Amino acid sequence: MSTAYPPILQSSHLLGIQGLSVGEITKLLDLAEEYVALGRAKDKKVAVLKGRTVINLFFEPSTRTQSSFELAGKRLGADVMNMSVKTSSVTKGETLIDTATTLNAMRPDILIVRHQNSGAVSMLARKVNCCVVNAGDGSHEHPTQALLDALTIRRRGKSFEGLTVAICGDVLHSRVARSNIHLLGKMGARVRLVGPKTLMPAEVTRFGIETFTDMKEGLKGADIVMMLRLQLERMSGAFVPSTREYFRYWGLDREKLAYANPGALVMHPGPMNRGVEIDSAVADDIEVSLIHEQVEMGVAIRMAVLDALARGLPAGGRNV
Amino acid sequence: MSNGRTIFCNAHLIDPASKLDTRGGLVVENGKIADVGAGLFADIDRNAPDVIDCHGMVLSPGLIDMRVSTGEPGSEHRETLESASRAALAGGITTIIVMPNTDPVIDEPSLVDFIRRRAEATAKVHVLPMAALTRHLAGEVMTEIGLLKEAGAVAFTDGDRTISNTRVLRRALAYASSFDALVVAHAEDPDLTEGTAVNECEYAMRLGLPAAPALAETMIVERDIRLVEMTGARYHFGQISCRASLEAIAKAKAHGLPITCGVAAHHLALNELDVGTYYTFMKVKPPLRSESDRLAMVEGVASGVIDVIVSSHDPQAADTKRQPFAQAAFGAAGLETLLPVALGLYHDGSADLLHILKRMTCTPAKLLGLDCGVLKKGAPADLMLIDTDRPFVVEPALLRSRAKNTPFKGRLFQGLAMKTFVGGECVFDRGAPR
Repeated sequence: MSTAYPPILQSSHLLGIQGLSVGEITKLLDLAEEYVALGRAKDKKVAVLKGRTVINLFFEPSTRTQSSFELAGKRLGADVMNMSVKTSSVTKGETLIDTATTLNAMRPDILIVRHQNSGAVSMLARKVNCCVVNAGDGSHEHPTQALLDALTIRRRGKSFEGLTVAICGDVLHSRVARSNIHLLGKMGARVRLVGPKTLMPAEVTRFGIETFTDMKEGLKGADIVMMLRLQLERMSGAFVPSTREYFRYWGLDREKLAYANPGALVMHPGPMNRGVEIDSAVADDIEVSLIHEQVEMGVAIRMAVLDALARGLPAGGRNV
Repeated sequence: MSNGRTIFCNAHLIDPASKLDTRGGLVVENGKIADVGAGLFADIDRNAPDVIDCHGMVLSPGLIDMRVSTGEPGSEHRETLESASRAALAGGITTIIVMPNTDPVIDEPSLVDFIRRRAEATAKVHVLPMAALTRHLAGEVMTEIGLLKEAGAVAFTDGDRTISNTRVLRRALAYASSFDALVVAHAEDPDLTEGTAVNECEYAMRLGLPAAPALAETMIVERDIRLVEMTGARYHFGQISCRASLEAIAKAKAHGLPITCGVAAHHLALNELDVGTYYTFMKVKPPLRSESDRLAMVEGVASGVIDVIVSSHDPQAADTKRQPFAQAAFGAAGLETLLPVALGLYHDGSADLLHILKRMTCTPAKLLGLDCGVLKKGAPADLMLIDTDRPFVVEPALLRSRAKNTPFKGRLFQGLAMKTFVGGECVFDRGAPR
C-alpha cells in the first residue's frame, strides 16, 4: 500500500451507508471533490486503477448507475467489464452464489453489484475475495447515490448540521431513501418523510424522523426537497389509485415547492416520471433543480469509492 | 431384543399422562410395556444382560412430533423418510407425523398407503401421514376424508397453506366432523403475506425486506374459530407465533370449542432480530416474531393454552437456501433440536418437565388417536432416555438429518436423548453416559 495514498475505508467493501463513520463519509466526499475537478479538465484520466479489473454485475437493468460506474472505472484507468442479467447464466438456473464464485475465479479487483433483492450484495460479498460495491440491493441500500447526493448538497455551500431535508414519495420500496436517511442522520441533518401511508414502511418513525401525509405540511421549513421515483407497476391501484391523483397530492410542482424555505433546492435520483412525482417546470428550473449536478457528482463519487477501495488492495496483486 | 424382555432400572420415570414423576423401573415384554412403577427393580443386578441401568436419567415416552416435512416423495435430495428417521431417533422422537405437501401431494388413499409402506421398509421411527384437506392443496375441492382416514391418515391439513375460500373451508370442516377427523390448519392470510419474507417490524424496515404484520395470522385464527363454532370440527392450529393469536385461542378454549394449537420450537427460542444479516436459515413460515410474541409463546406453553410443541422440521438444501433472502425457501431443520429447545423452558424455570413433555407425548397422541405417548401397561414400548443436563453445541455438520438448515448453528443447549427405543428395540444409542 502506497503511503502517498492514505486509507479511507475500514472495510474492503462498500455495502451500505449504515456501516460508515462520519469520518469515512467526509473523506470520501473530499476525495470526490478532486475528481469533480478532474472531470472538468481536458485530460480526464488518471492511472490510479491501472491494471485493475472492475466488473459491473447488474442483475437489474440500469442505464445511469451502470454507465456512471463504467465511466468512473475507465477514468481511473481500470479495465471495466459490464455484465448484465440478460447475458448471464442466472436465467439458466445458476444461483447468485455460483455466478459470483465464477466471476471471482476470473480475479477481478472490484465487483460492482446491483440486485433486486435486499441483502443479495452482502451475501455475494461473503463469497468472493475481491472488493464489492453495492450499486443498489432491493429496498435496502444504495450507498453511492446517498454519497453523491451529499456531495451535491455540500457543494452548494450547505452545512448538514441543522439542514432540513424532506424525502418525498415511495419510501417503502426505496433504497435511495434508506441510504439517505442513514447518511443525512449521521451528518446531523434533520430528515422528514412525505408520502401516502401505503408507501411509508411500518415502524419508520423508529428511525427518529417525522412523517407527513400532507406534502405542503411536510415541505414547510425544508431546505432540500428530495423526490423519489415511483415505479410504474406501483402506480395503478396497487399502492396509489392513479398517476393523476398521485401528482395532485404528492407530485412536486411550484405551488407545493413554495411551502419550502426560500432558496430550497430540488433533487431526484432519476430517471424522473415527469407529471407523476415531479412537474417539468420544477425539474427543468436550473435555479432550484440539482438533478443534472447529481449526475455529474455521481461519476466523481464513484471514482472516489473505487479509488478508496483500491487503496486497500495489496499492491502486488491478490495472492489467494 | 424386541421379542425378549428388557428391564430399565434406576430411572427417573416421567409420564405426563399419569403425572408420574418418580424414581423407579420399567419392564418391556414383546415390544410393549409390561410393568412400570416407583421402586420397581430397585434391587436388581444392574449388570445383568437384559437390564439397562438408567443412572437416574429421565425415562419417558418417546416424543411424537406432530409437524414434520421430509422430501419423500418428490424431493429426496433434501430428506428421505430414512434420513428423517435417523434424525428423529437421535432427538428422542419415536413417532413423526408427516405433512402431505409433497410431490405428489398426499391426497388419495393409495398415497397414504405408499407413505406407510415406504416408512415401514426404510424408517425405524413410526411414520404417520397426514393427508391433504383439499385436493392438490388447492383449497377448492375437499379430499376423500373418510377413505383417507381408513387408509391411515391421522389428520387432515393443507400444509402451510391457508384455505382462503371460507365456503370451501366451512364444508370441509362440517364434512370432517362427520368422521371426527382432526383438521390441522395453517393460519396466515395468503393475500397479506404474499411475497413477504419476514415479520413486519423496525428491523425488517432497516433491512428493506418485504414484511407482513403478525395480524395476518390472528385474523385467520379468529375467522377459523367462528367456523369451528359453527361446524363443531376438531381443529388444531399447527403452529401459532404471536400473542394476539394465543389470546384468541385462549378465549375460544374457554368457550369450550374443540380447538387446540401448537408452537414450533424455533418460535420458543428465536425472534425477528435473529434474521441478522439476511440469514436465510431464519426464514420460516410463519416468520420469527417480536420478543414479546416469543415470550407469549413460552407463557402459552407454561399456561397450557399451547397444547403441542413441534419441530416443524422442514429440510432445505443449498439450492433453496443459499439465495438472496427474499428468494430463499422457508423452513428450518428441527428434528434434533426439538427436545433441547423444549428443555430450555425447563432449565429457565418456565415450566416443569411433566408439563413440557406432555406437549410432545400424550397430548398429540390423544389428538391423533394413538396408543403411544404413555408409560402404562400394554402401551407400545416407545421410550427415550434423556440426560436433561448434558450440554452441547449445535454443529450442523454433525446433524443426522440430510438437510443442515438448522437456525441454531453454534447455539448452546442442555439436554439430549441418550437412548431411544421403538417397540422395545434400542434404535438409537449415543454411547456411554457422562
